Amino acid sequence: MTSSVQEKGTGSALRGAGPLRWRRHSAYLGVLPFGILVLVFLVWPTYSVVTGAFQNSHGSFELHTVKAVFTDPGHITAFKNSIEISAITALVGAILGSLFAWAVATGKPDGLLRRTTLSASGVLAQFGGVMLTFAFLATFGFNGFVTTFLASQFPNSFLAHPDWLYGFLGLCVVYTFFQIPLMFLVFLPAIDNLKPQWREASSNLGGTTLEYWRRIGIPVLIPSFLGSALLLFANSFSAYATAASLISQGSIITPLEISTAMSSETGVANASTAKALGLGMVIVVGVVMTLYTLMRRRVSKWEQ
Amino acid sequence: MSKKRLLISSIACAALGAGLLVAAPAADAKSTSVWAHARSAKAGGGLKKLAAACKKEGQMNIIADPHDWANYGEIIKGFAKKYHVKMNEANPNGSSQDEINAANQLRGTTRAPDAFDLGSAVAYANMNTYAAYKVSEWKNIPAAFKEPHGFLTKDYGGFMAIGYDSSLGTISSLADLLKPAFKGKVALNGDPTKANAGLMGVFFASVANGGNINDVSTGVNYFKQLKDVGNFLNVDPTPASIASGQTPVVFDWDYNQAATVKELAAKGITWKVFIPNNVLVGAYYNQAININAPHPACARQWLEYLYSPAGQNAWLKGGSRPVLAEYMAKKGTINKAAYAALPKVVGTPQIPSLDQASKASTYLLANWAAAVGTR
Repeated sequence: MTSSVQEKGTGSALRGAGPLRWRRHSAYLGVLPFGILVLVFLVWPTYSVVTGAFQNSHGSFELHTVKAVFTDPGHITAFKNSIEISAITALVGAILGSLFAWAVATGKPDGLLRRTTLSASGVLAQFGGVMLTFAFLATFGFNGFVTTFLASQFPNSFLAHPDWLYGFLGLCVVYTFFQIPLMFLVFLPAIDNLKPQWREASSNLGGTTLEYWRRIGIPVLIPSFLGSALLLFANSFSAYATAASLISQGSIITPLEISTAMSSETGVANASTAKALGLGMVIVVGVVMTLYTLMRRRVSKWEQ
Repeated sequence: MSKKRLLISSIACAALGAGLLVAAPAADAKSTSVWAHARSAKAGGGLKKLAAACKKEGQMNIIADPHDWANYGEIIKGFAKKYHVKMNEANPNGSSQDEINAANQLRGTTRAPDAFDLGSAVAYANMNTYAAYKVSEWKNIPAAFKEPHGFLTKDYGGFMAIGYDSSLGTISSLADLLKPAFKGKVALNGDPTKANAGLMGVFFASVANGGNINDVSTGVNYFKQLKDVGNFLNVDPTPASIASGQTPVVFDWDYNQAATVKELAAKGITWKVFIPNNVLVGAYYNQAININAPHPACARQWLEYLYSPAGQNAWLKGGSRPVLAEYMAKKGTINKAAYAALPKVVGTPQIPSLDQASKASTYLLANWAAAVGTR
């Protein structure tokens, strides 16, 4: 029995030596912290949201709140807005982000442009919440410098009237700001995966550039593209802080409605409404992530 | 009020920890039993006996009374000094709901709160938590400001007002705010489905535009008009946004603006407070005694002190309106300088009842986002 071997891994190198049970379980020890993390921060809250949605304030079972959330026109509008904003920003972000990724991918593999855009995207994809709102307010808000400049020079121009920023359109624009770099980050590896040999093979067989993209490039990239777009959708669907700091009146999207249901001091606070709204969001994200997983399966075919 | 709500969770933990460390001596049940059920000082044997009983108890528990809120600091110090009472202050930044929760969780212990200071929505939802008590000044408190049995007595409050930077012009009606000069400049303090001040702002706009407090749709329509002409500013006003000029017109409590006036005057800006005649939409906090107060005599003595000139004038100095202000002005016991510093109002106060507030909240939940919104 040599201890140096034993330390190396799962213990399978030492069949029959040492307590069997320990060896069998030691393999799982490594993932235990992750398991606890998932349990505490994902499984437990989800369980609490799902069960809480079906309970009234006294803790007994009821369907009323969930029914209300899925039939009330106000809640439905908020869900509709949430889904539309997420879909629009995911689509715009995915198209622009993938074009940028393609532009960068054609450059030198470790050139300055690529390194700069990669690290910038890494930062900008996380640039959300109050900071992002502030940046937009300071630029396009009522007292933003672009607004004040245009108001004095071109009082009839669109940007001189900043109402657009504090609503549906504003959220779309602001969200797209972090969607594009995220798309860039997740889509660049897919473009890198396009093997030069495929292109050469296509040319050797007499294919034009157009034919290459139509028959090889785009079909190979489509699953990655759609998968990334779904990720963007979920990213925008769950965003709260940006909207909360931008829009202080009228809960136009579901996360803002949840906040009202949780913290209102005017007597309309209702924890189970908040949880029922949360349940609705879990369902939407569940559908999106299932689609995403299916897409990933298609993608992994080309990644070997 | 949202300020009271902010630090709830962290403070609650701290208060719990602190509470465990303070081992308060058991209250002397025998000597105080007469006060535990006394519905007035007279019923318990008179003010002198009450003071003596409170001194004997030697301490009392208060909760969610921050020193910088409506000048509570001065009141707490004054009371402690006058009656030689040790004040156990719990969870100063807690919300009204926290006060009720503490009473329920600490029931039967010596650490339970003796008296509450509650916002109306929470106050009226927990009527079985209080002991009825009428302070000596009861008959001088206007009827609108007291629950008839003495379970709740309004203590201090204020009126909705429009505060504005007077360099934009002079406001003499709410219609003025629809003018182009106010483009992108008018803010409401909080989403009315969420914050009390915002809700009262909508009541205020309803009354000012010919509606009434039974129906806030007039107010909602007014804000929709403001939004449609591009004057409504979708920014939550704070002292910082006012100081920086981002929110030059705000719908907010008049007592939140007393400090603004002073602060901006130092910068050379004249901040004016406008309350239209006969548009007095107000809200008051409510004082109540815990039915299970561990220090029943001091709890009652505390209320007597709050409704004495010392307590009322302290609130007045904090910029709020104590309920006995008009009575004291007649009697000459009011702090004249502080009273004169309050914004002038004309008319009869209208205080939305709980039913009215709840009806309005339901209406707003369904209609506010569409009115000021967003698409």
